[in-house]
Amino acid sequence: MNVLEQTWKWFADPASWTGAGGIWSRLVEHLGYSGLVLLIAAVIALPVGVLVGHRRSGGNVVVGVAGALRALPTLGLLTLFALWIGLGLTAPVLALVLLAIAPLLTGAYAGVSAVDPVVVDAARAQGLTEWQILTRVELPVAVPVIFGGIRNATLQVIATVTIMAYIDLGGLGRFLIDGLAVRDYSRMVASMILAAALALVLDAVLAGAQKLLSSPGLSKED
Amino acid sequence: MFTRITRRGMLSAGALAAASTLVLTGCGGGEDALDEGGDDRSIVVGSADFTESQIIAAVYAEALNDADISAETRPAIGAREAYVGAVKDGSVSVVPDYSGNLLQYYDEVTAPLTEDEVMEYLPQNLPEEVEVLDASPAENKDALVVTRDTADEHELTSIEDLAAFCSEMTLGAPPEFQERSYGLPGLKSNYGCEPAEFSPINDAGGPLTVQALLDDTVQVADIFTTTPAIKQNDLVVLEDPENNFLPQHVLPLANKDALSQDARDVLNKVSAELTTDDLIALNDRVSGDEKASPEQAAKDWVADHDFS
Repeated sequence: MNVLEQTWKWFADPASWTGAGGIWSRLVEHLGYSGLVLLIAAVIALPVGVLVGHRRSGGNVVVGVAGALRALPTLGLLTLFALWIGLGLTAPVLALVLLAIAPLLTGAYAGVSAVDPVVVDAARAQGLTEWQILTRVELPVAVPVIFGGIRNATLQVIATVTIMAYIDLGGLGRFLIDGLAVRDYSRMVASMILAAALALVLDAVLAGAQKLLSSPGLSKED
Repeated sequence: MFTRITRRGMLSAGALAAASTLVLTGCGGGEDALDEGGDDRSIVVGSADFTESQIIAAVYAEALNDADISAETRPAIGAREAYVGAVKDGSVSVVPDYSGNLLQYYDEVTAPLTEDEVMEYLPQNLPEEVEVLDASPAENKDALVVTRDTADEHELTSIEDLAAFCSEMTLGAPPEFQERSYGLPGLKSNYGCEPAEFSPINDAGGPLTVQALLDDTVQVADIFTTTPAIKQNDLVVLEDPENNFLPQHVLPLANKDALSQDARDVLNKVSAELTTDDLIALNDRVSGDEKASPEQAAKDWVADHDFS
């Protein structure tokens, strides 16, 4: 029996799905960790990116910081933080937040700074305050690009939350790490399939949200 | 820090790195060691791709040289699959190995087995081209470890003592500990010990595991007996009277035609004199702050013993 057949058998076994270590509970854990990471990263990165984009200066710093963050190996960070602050949720969340900040920051910055300056100046000439320009002109126009950053960050986080199982946490990575430890490759394949499927589903959901939030005017260009 | 993970041929997060090392270094053959013939040909001491194996290989070579027998090392050949093949075909004369894991490589045995049983079964299961020499008292195996405070508080010296307190403790170990026969199933059947919680930490008893033990995230952990951190943090290794963990004594695995009787005598003397504490000290010198080379550490150990 090859690995794919064994994987299929594992999926078909009802015992794989239920209980504390079952697929459903791992899925919920995975979503919980991912949501927490994305929320913290968004609270930090989106306002900074939007502000820098609005001021149209400091872009080099944003690009530089985001590039540097992208170069950090998340598993290495996780180990480093875990040695500093001990096991538990804090260390891996910190490592993953650093991973998620880069795409969110660049997305927000690029989206807002790419708004046609003529449009912004027109709004300013109409007497709109800077806050109104930001919320009524720049942000609505920037929605697709900002959402691109959010979707990018979501994909990366869903995929990388698997490494939380390197230490004593749950999530879909548990199947990957535990399977590897006892050379049960079918469980590892299952873990990857589940993580990939979850990423695809979430990306579709975010694509729908993006469509709902985007101004109708944006989709009628050309 | 990840090189230790592959010690026992087990895969873990370091597996990719290990696998690529295997590809790069695993094809050590190709030299016509067998054609050279004669008694004066140099002995090739190989080693697996983790530090402790390289240290012991350097000790073997130094001791042989000390006895005026020409020997050279070929470090980091790869995992057991690779170096056993090299010993079999004679391109490597001898490699250090561990009794229990070597037996498990050839025979599907499970603990509990005593060291005597392991050494009895081992020769019967080896391919005909290879042999094992005397096993050393030095041993590097899985062991349950607690802090000095925990040991004092509950008066623990062995896993038998621990059994009564298992139900209030969290056990930290690599994820495979949950399923392997020496892991949770063995603790339950051999000692009646069922930890309240299992905390999988995927660094093979490395710094994260030690840290978790020290900050009381886990109260008992699975750590290898030659880990310098055990001494550094005054941790207590619990005895294993029921042999839940397979004995893992260091021994030379040799090609039957590669060693003269003199060379065998030297290696047997090394085994007789090498202790687990020596291994801890050697590991600490090479992997600790000093960063001594395996050769230097081996030289100093051999200088303290007489092989000439």
